[in-house]
Amino acid sequence: MVNFGFAPLEIKIHDLDKSNLQLSSWIAERDETFTQCIACGCCTATCTAGKFTKFSFRELCHSIRRGEIAKAIAESEKCMLCGKCTLVCPRNVNTRNIVKLIRKANQKFKV
Amino acid sequence: MKYHPFVIPFSIGLAFVMLYIVGMWAYWIIRLSRREQKIVWKRLFSFRTIAAIWESMMEGLFHRKIFRKHALLGYMHMSLAFGWFMLIVLGNFESRLYPHSNINPPYYPIFFEFFRHDLSPLREYEEIFTFLMDFFLLLVISGVMLAFFKRIKSRILGMRRTTKHIRIDRIALTSLWFIFPLRILAESVTAGLYNTGHFFTNFLGQNVIYNLPLDQLYYPAWWAYSIALGLFFVTLPFSRYMHIPSEILLIFLRKYGVKEKEHHSTFTKIELNACSRCGICIDTCQLSTNLNISNTQPAYFLRDLRYSQPNEQLRETCMMCMRCVEACPVGIEVVKIRENERKEHQLYSENSYNYLNGYSYPKAKVAFFAGCMGHLTPSVIKSTLKLFEAAGVDYTFIDKDGSICCGRPLQLGGQAIAAKQLIDKNNALIHATGAELLVTTCPICAREFRHNYHLNIPVLHHSQYLLELVNSNRLKLKKTDLNVAYHDPCELSRGLSITEEPRELLSKTVNLVESGKQIGKNSLCCGGSLGATNISAEQRRTIAVATVNQITQADTNILATACPLCKKTFCSAQDTVAIQDIAEILANNLANIKNQNPTKKSAEREVITA
Amino acid sequence: MGKDVAIIGGGVAGLEAANQLATLGYNVTVFERNAQPGGHAAKWDRLFPNQRHSHEVIDSLKSHLNGNPAIMLSTAISTISRNGQKFKLDAKGRAFEADAILIATGFELFPAERKEEYGYGIYENVITSAELEEMFAKNGKPTMKSGETPKKIAFIHCVGSRDEKVNKPYCSKVCCVTAVKQAIEVKDSIPNAEVFNLYMDLRMFGPGYEDLYKEAQQKGVTFIRGRLSEASELDEGRLLIKTEDTLSSCPLKMSVDMVVLMVGMSPAIGTSELIAGLGLHPNKDGFVDIADQHLYPTNTTAEGVFVAGACVGPNNITDSVNAARSAAIEIHQYLSKK
Repeated sequence: MVNFGFAPLEIKIHDLDKSNLQLSSWIAERDETFTQCIACGCCTATCTAGKFTKFSFRELCHSIRRGEIAKAIAESEKCMLCGKCTLVCPRNVNTRNIVKLIRKANQKFKV
Repeated sequence: MKYHPFVIPFSIGLAFVMLYIVGMWAYWIIRLSRREQKIVWKRLFSFRTIAAIWESMMEGLFHRKIFRKHALLGYMHMSLAFGWFMLIVLGNFESRLYPHSNINPPYYPIFFEFFRHDLSPLREYEEIFTFLMDFFLLLVISGVMLAFFKRIKSRILGMRRTTKHIRIDRIALTSLWFIFPLRILAESVTAGLYNTGHFFTNFLGQNVIYNLPLDQLYYPAWWAYSIALGLFFVTLPFSRYMHIPSEILLIFLRKYGVKEKEHHSTFTKIELNACSRCGICIDTCQLSTNLNISNTQPAYFLRDLRYSQPNEQLRETCMMCMRCVEACPVGIEVVKIRENERKEHQLYSENSYNYLNGYSYPKAKVAFFAGCMGHLTPSVIKSTLKLFEAAGVDYTFIDKDGSICCGRPLQLGGQAIAAKQLIDKNNALIHATGAELLVTTCPICAREFRHNYHLNIPVLHHSQYLLELVNSNRLKLKKTDLNVAYHDPCELSRGLSITEEPRELLSKTVNLVESGKQIGKNSLCCGGSLGATNISAEQRRTIAVATVNQITQADTNILATACPLCKKTFCSAQDTVAIQDIAEILANNLANIKNQNPTKKSAEREVITA
Repeated sequence: MGKDVAIIGGGVAGLEAANQLATLGYNVTVFERNAQPGGHAAKWDRLFPNQRHSHEVIDSLKSHLNGNPAIMLSTAISTISRNGQKFKLDAKGRAFEADAILIATGFELFPAERKEEYGYGIYENVITSAELEEMFAKNGKPTMKSGETPKKIAFIHCVGSRDEKVNKPYCSKVCCVTAVKQAIEVKDSIPNAEVFNLYMDLRMFGPGYEDLYKEAQQKGVTFIRGRLSEASELDEGRLLIKTEDTLSSCPLKMSVDMVVLMVGMSPAIGTSELIAGLGLHPNKDGFVDIADQHLYPTNTTAEGVFVAGACVGPNNITDSVNAARSAAIEIHQYLSKK
């Protein structure tokens, strides 16, 4: 079993020498579109959940890419999987699949 | 003489398979839920039973649904099933008519020609029986030859791909294929020696193989025939051929009203066993025809679920478009089964959406709901509302400031726990609007509202409501000469059986031009499906382009659809054909007509009469 | 010499190449399908980065059209085919011959209605950058459909560029700087207007472009790093736009009077059909494929067929003029050897 070593503390500085990028690569291996984001924020802007709560899919993915794993996984539960973000993403990121992968990581590796 | 050791393989096989089938039937029936048993019992002595018998005959023996798909393929299935059935029935009659043989061992009619070389005691029936037996044997062997041919060149039988079978299926299949050539051999040898056949076996025995050492072939031929039968029977319960007894039970249970539940049940087990892996679903699936993904279709999914667990790839690679359900000759609810199988993998907890507390929709009389996707097609919303205004509908656009997702996307992914939270929330909010009618432009929402909500008010797709408005003269339309093709959205056509209303609406305003067989409930999926998460944007585009090409012709001005997701998918994939929602077409039509406001008009009329 | 060169397209690249080739002594004919030469630039009010009037450039390019080079307006070439050593061109039944061909068919503005969620063609105060130029040319400032002057305007970058959803994955290069230019012009023409630019990346690659960006900031243009997801209509024709303020990771919405869509460059309609007759194929983005990115940017793989301008991909006027001159030299060398 992969140990992601979820950091309990909030990250104050990104120390890329120490960042835990295992979840990031675990997702990227399963969905190559995870790496294709250009951070335009369309997904967040259109988000059905984002209307009601602070929720940014873009930020969530970015946190994972920077090793802020626990926060991202908890956030991902807000998603309704409605698919609006998939329809607006200019880079064809397979957003729904990535949310499912993040949720799965939560289950599989028990944060 | 009514015994010979060669009947042992057959007899063991037959005993085994009969015990197994009876055992399984009994087990399944006992394991049905109390409620299901109750309705079966209640309806056992009703017209439903007759209907079930009729359907078992039509589907089990004649394979009516397969005939509709492809005549030759239907013939192949029919000749095997009906031909063999008739051989068994006739063989039984024949053996019973024979003097002093009212009580026979089970193998006796099967190997009748072995035991009785002199058929003259059948008197006037001899001719008829020997003829019919030869005739049906010929029918069956033609089916076997077609089946063999199908493995080599399936296209002739209307199939691009056939199912790739596992070992047990291949063994059973091979023994089945051997049964009838061996029967012909045994009967021809016997006919060559004793003139027991008719036009077919007598001809073979006396004119084709007559110079073989027939008396030496006699016993080996009967032995081989018996072994083939025995082997087939022993493998039947563990192979695809278990579908034969399962399908009959399934037809009866379904007629009594038993169906798939929200989780796997005994009925699911029966459905799994009733799949013959005929492979019709493979060609029906656009993942196969457009993307060459030909290993995740129901034939394989149900097979793996029957024997063990389908892997994730198999479980998830499906657009849930339900085309296979429409095409399945056995009518297995495979999409529901797949949804339930996905439910085994819940990814959400029970309080994912607490943040929704405190939200509300405005009060409404006629509530209009655009849904999540609808907000990405503002032209559809604007057109629909324009039509409502023209018809004087007292509507409220309840999710103007944002919808809560209907829950269907989660449901398609098997996320029942999460979906329920959204359904409960939305249900309460819509209820609180006090609306008397809910209209939505999104078939995905419409289906979810109708099937999984408890709203106690009518839920209409806008195609239905607009048609009502037109039929009641509240909206007036003018016929134009635009050539419009119509694409049936999956959730609308197969999900809600709404196929005629959009067509009727369109026919009133434009030239509805339809091409091909893939319309209505057999329509193609746009590729935008929320059911699959593991197909790429490029693959979706491929499906969308293929679908547009299939539906439209060179002179098609507009491809109409009635689903925001279909519209977005088509628009994104191509720009050669204009895509419009039916509401947009109607609203454009409206723009050409003056004095549209009927409320104003009727007010004027009142003034005049006063 | 007296050899004939046919130039398809009378925009910036076509006109500039025509001048150069005529100077070199060739008989040059420009075929322009529109009634006016100058292409899209002729319809533009002012140019980046220095607010020069577009007509100055176009007038200069047109001033040489005096017989050689000749221009045939409203003449759309439908097919070109190779005929031995020569090319045969067909324009609705009229046939022409040439020794060399220059494709300078330019681009098409991205049809903004394809981004339905942006509301172009649905909401009356959603306009394109080209329509804003028309407004500048006509009134010197933008006006709303109602005739009022907008007080709050949002520029939406990358409409039909960097967007795989409409099959336009490439950057159109000029829209960033155009948006900044137009934002400044709005500020200049309506001093108290609030102007917002919704961008993903600001690609200020040319001389003077970054200065323009700074000028816009100084003049109070607000830059928001986020792409528009959807626009909806509020009462009285006002628009609600939604984006993410990605720098603060927060969804952002605001109401504006007018939305300007910075439409990108799409391949010109009909060009791929035209070059098909010469055995050439468009590249993956639909533009004409060039022979060598670095060494032969104005050659195609078909002998005697050359390209210049935005038909090979998004270009600004400077690039088009450079490419036209480069193509003229390539054509000269090719015809000299023949």
